[in-house]
Amino acid sequence: MKIHEYQAKNLLKEYKIPIPKGSVARDVHESLKIWDDMTGIPVVVKAQVHSGGRGKAGGVRVINSREELKDYASSLIGSIIYTEQTGGDGKPVDCILIEEALDIKKELYLGFTIDRSHACISMIASAEGGVEIEKVALASPDRVVVQNIDPLLGLRDFQVIRTLLKTGMHIKIVRKIGAIANALYKLFIEKDCSLAEINPLVITEKDEIVALDAKINFDDNALFRHPDIASLRDYNQENPLEVEATRYNLNYIKLKGNVGCMVNGAGLAMATMDLIKFVGAEPANFLDVGGGATSKMIEEGLKILVSDRDVKVILINIFGGILRCDTLATGVVEAAQHLNIHMPIIIRLEGTNVEEGRRILAGSNLKFTVARDMGEAAEKVAEALRIRG
Amino acid sequence: MSIIIDENTKVLIQGITGNEGAFHTRQMIEYGTRIVAGVTPGKGGQSLEGIPVYNTVQDAVQDKEIDATAIFVPPAFAADAIIEAAESGIKTIVCLTEGIPTIDMITVYHYIKSKDCWLIGPNTPGIISPGKCKIGVMAGYIHRKGTVGIISRSGTLTYEVVDQLTKMGMGQSTCIGIGGDPIVGLRYVDLLKMFEEDEDTDAIVIIGEIGGTAEEEAVQYYSGHMKKPLVAFIAGVTAPEGRRMGHAGAIISGGRGDAKTKIKVLEEAGVTVVKNPAQIGQAVFHARQVRV
Repeated sequence: MKIHEYQAKNLLKEYKIPIPKGSVARDVHESLKIWDDMTGIPVVVKAQVHSGGRGKAGGVRVINSREELKDYASSLIGSIIYTEQTGGDGKPVDCILIEEALDIKKELYLGFTIDRSHACISMIASAEGGVEIEKVALASPDRVVVQNIDPLLGLRDFQVIRTLLKTGMHIKIVRKIGAIANALYKLFIEKDCSLAEINPLVITEKDEIVALDAKINFDDNALFRHPDIASLRDYNQENPLEVEATRYNLNYIKLKGNVGCMVNGAGLAMATMDLIKFVGAEPANFLDVGGGATSKMIEEGLKILVSDRDVKVILINIFGGILRCDTLATGVVEAAQHLNIHMPIIIRLEGTNVEEGRRILAGSNLKFTVARDMGEAAEKVAEALRIRG
Repeated sequence: MSIIIDENTKVLIQGITGNEGAFHTRQMIEYGTRIVAGVTPGKGGQSLEGIPVYNTVQDAVQDKEIDATAIFVPPAFAADAIIEAAESGIKTIVCLTEGIPTIDMITVYHYIKSKDCWLIGPNTPGIISPGKCKIGVMAGYIHRKGTVGIISRSGTLTYEVVDQLTKMGMGQSTCIGIGGDPIVGLRYVDLLKMFEEDEDTDAIVIIGEIGGTAEEEAVQYYSGHMKKPLVAFIAGVTAPEGRRMGHAGAIISGGRGDAKTKIKVLEEAGVTVVKNPAQIGQAVFHARQVRV
């Protein structure tokens, strides 16, 4: 799960990591009130959206006057931001973060993430932080220092000092930054993060160390033990069809093509998408109904596919194990009757109770195309698209 | 032969009295798995299908000889259940639970390294040596006893491949789901070694997917260590970067772990990589022909 920058900074503050002075505004009135309370000029205004690349997209600006803030806030709040990461759909700006502007002497990078192949948490540090950190990592990997952490020992002080010294940081600031590293690691563990990154971590002209920007992601599997974190979720930053899907425990991701697909199991769903591409078509989505789908879930899944205007053909590919084919067939037939679907539906069924499932489909008076196997199902999808042009 | 489990494997079920646990215990017994004991704290002294239930794993191992355990415990308690099994000296631990917090699994992974055991999963359909033993939730009837070994990160996609093989008359020695989570126990590399040494396995299929570098690590072992033919399929060629496709494991980021890179690395090592998921069975058939 992702959160906004201002929420991440609130967490940092909770862990005694210094952040710039500032507040969040949801409208122009609130923005001006924050301005009036701020003691220094200029201020920095940052659009709060779940995406990187906000600066380049016009979502970050240094503001020098009340009038300028009024104009910028009114144009930004309520707008949609299109960054390199969001692509064509963009992200809505519901609020902005207004902060004191700092005189920056140096930008550093500090982060923690999960290293899957070593099965551990890793600390990552660099003396060359900022928006180009990924380029630094690619071009000169030796300037980005990684320390793997033994979970049974935790992060040790000597490791922190050694890691920071290796980045080229001066020993005088290493202790201060080390304290921040320890605090960030504590946050990572206690809140079940999957990523906690301060970039840049800046040294100001007054030699203060401040977290200028932060990105924190959480392990969805651990949200059950962090109701405080779960409550930070901002559904407005997510695709509405994807949000709708999660209400029914469906795993849905909107894509660019026109073949709507519904599959059980993530691996088979991805393989089905690959197969659609293989016959020259494009999947409109990823939809995994999971191992234990009910007829209700199948119906809700179909509803989502139908409500996607890009979808021209629907492919259902189910390998019944725990999800029995007769349950699926009943769900599909009921949904097709309720929803009055006019586009072609191609169904491939295999597994537990497959005969019963096929019988239900055949006896329904609805025009489904039933395919014997995955290969045939994909061919029939391509054919249906050709017919519809 | 087969790997890890066979007709003599004596199995414990942790979480035997829960919905999932009870349902799949019955399915496994029906398949012929030798289930000898169950554990649910607070239900000690009861029985299910004539199988004695204990409060703790330690109680169970004191009473019964146990080779393997299947864990059907909710995510919040599953890490604990794995550690309990390892601490009690059980060799093969299969954890079916989906949704265990990653940080819990990191601790488990490092703890069990110090014990004489191996972990399959979590978030796996389990392991089956067809005709001998099934520890998991897969539909037994699609499998057939034979000589193809399967290692997979997926559930239903594995059934798809098994079904293709069985319909073409190619049975399986052992099929293992290594699990879809970021942190799992046994990996491709460990299992490739076992299959290479298993005299009844003559070809191996790897079913991979985007995310992580497990397939790349497998290839490093394959080159130079293995003589048996290896066929691979990688799901997720069409997956957009940075999106999570259901499995926690299926995340691509920073140019690592995407399908194209995996396919390239596998092909360079001489592995047969199937592009069309409907033709995995045929590819295995051809790979075995070439060898014979």
